[in-house]
Amino acid sequence: MEHAAQVVDPFIFRLSIFVLAVFVGYFVVWSVTPALHTPLMSVTNAISSVIVVGALLAGGVANVSSGSGWARAFGFVALVFACINIFGGFLVTQRMLAMYKKKAK
Amino acid sequence: MSANLSAFLYLVAGVLFILSLRGLSSPATSRRGNLLGMIGMAIAVATTLANHPPADGLAWLLVIVGIAIGAAIGAVIARRVPMTSMPELVAAFHSLVGMAAVLVAAGAFYAPEAFDIGTPGNIHTQSLVEMSLGVAIGALTFTGSVIAFLKLSARMSGAPIILPARHVINIALAVALVACIVGLVVTGSAVFFWLNVILALALGVLMIIPIGGADMPVVISMLNSYSGWAAAGIGFTLGNSALIITGALVGSSGAILSYIMCHAMNRSFISVILGGFGGETAAAGGATGEQKPAKLGSADDAAFIMKNASKVIIVPGYGMAVAQAQHALREMADMLKKEGVEVKYAIHPVAGRMPGHMNVLLAEANVPYDEVFELEDINSEFAQADIAFVIGANDVTNPAAEEDKTSPIYGMPVLQVWKAGTVMFIKRSLASGYAGIDNPLFYRDNTMMLLGDAKKVTENIVKAM
Repeated sequence: MEHAAQVVDPFIFRLSIFVLAVFVGYFVVWSVTPALHTPLMSVTNAISSVIVVGALLAGGVANVSSGSGWARAFGFVALVFACINIFGGFLVTQRMLAMYKKKAK
Repeated sequence: MSANLSAFLYLVAGVLFILSLRGLSSPATSRRGNLLGMIGMAIAVATTLANHPPADGLAWLLVIVGIAIGAAIGAVIARRVPMTSMPELVAAFHSLVGMAAVLVAAGAFYAPEAFDIGTPGNIHTQSLVEMSLGVAIGALTFTGSVIAFLKLSARMSGAPIILPARHVINIALAVALVACIVGLVVTGSAVFFWLNVILALALGVLMIIPIGGADMPVVISMLNSYSGWAAAGIGFTLGNSALIITGALVGSSGAILSYIMCHAMNRSFISVILGGFGGETAAAGGATGEQKPAKLGSADDAAFIMKNASKVIIVPGYGMAVAQAQHALREMADMLKKEGVEVKYAIHPVAGRMPGHMNVLLAEANVPYDEVFELEDINSEFAQADIAFVIGANDVTNPAAEEDKTSPIYGMPVLQVWKAGTVMFIKRSLASGYAGIDNPLFYRDNTMMLLGDAKKVTENIVKAM
């Protein structure tokens, strides 16, 4: 076995994160109370819009070719969509959660 | 900012997202959870802007304008949307995630150097694989969610649309899609990229149109899951751990919700996907033909009986939401409580059009969440209740699910309202429910039917008290 030459592909690290996160998600989501399943869906909507980081990369690319012009255009539209989701998702979740009250004693 | 620091910050954002879902384990901690989610998002955005700042003034302008437009639209929608419309709002949001995934992938395809995945026309093979999966799932999520949105908002009929040979068409499309993904990976050509998008868009439409309205809670959960997998696919392309973690969380969340919904309807996931359920309305119920007598009651009778009861369990369903009767219902419950009657609410997992929808509507009407119970927690209590007050629900109380082996809903867990002393049904008519199945409970001796609009009937009961 040679030790020095073996480099793990970054893909394997990403895959490890992914697989572990699926398990974390499995246990965390089962612990969500059924009464909050609707806010769960709206907040997962909001957080999956972290895809906005991709939109920022594409929208802010240096304008050097026709390809990067297209990338900017796609990035801009993606940015708008993702931001609608981020703001809409978090705020509507906040609005819903504010309504859940305990019995007044 | 060093690459290591930014990778660490993305990890922090990912952990904050996990904590935001964790907060939802109880209403008391949920608000803080939501706040943690927002902080996580802010960290992710700030990290990206610091590490890869927009290249020039115009790019900064685009980014700021894009965020401003999205924020304004999102904030207005979040404030204005009525709670009854949450299912279609969530479907619309899913479609945006799907489309954003497609557009980000397109951006990466045309400017791969910005994403460190190669040069135009010469993108790493592995990135192309990840990208094409993200694109395919994203595009499918987009059109699927648009169809779900149209069905849920009644802009399109909820009845299943069955194309002849649809399974053959779908399989052919799926095969073509795989072929295009392979083509894209091998050639790196833009033609295959867009063919991939178009085929996935078409597949999204064809997958959702045959699914009937009754199965919408499953569809919406399933699309939730898809939007997560699409995000994860893009996360692999970008090598971004926040996106990978979130995609995995959302993907498993949607999958679990789909499982819960299927279980609550006693349907297999496969049979929901294959579609066609909930269309043949009244075919089963109407065919029996014989006219059975149902006992009709008035609001005054109902008010009198309930005031003299000691325990009332209210079973709300989608009909309550449609009639906007939740506020009148809460008023009625308040008056009963003043009379010393114990009031509880029982919620079936598939009541409403999406998981947990009824709970939100009751919370909106100021019903305390500790008076609201899930099926497993309250089913044993019906036997001790004097009255089960069923408002706008039907199939979820159908005893045929336990007694009639020939019933299409046999085996589905139902609320055992018939064990209560008296069952009151508020319904517009004696017609069968969403699933098109006759409810034998309407014709039992201890059942009282209060026919009419749920809101008006409830208001009349309140007046009579």
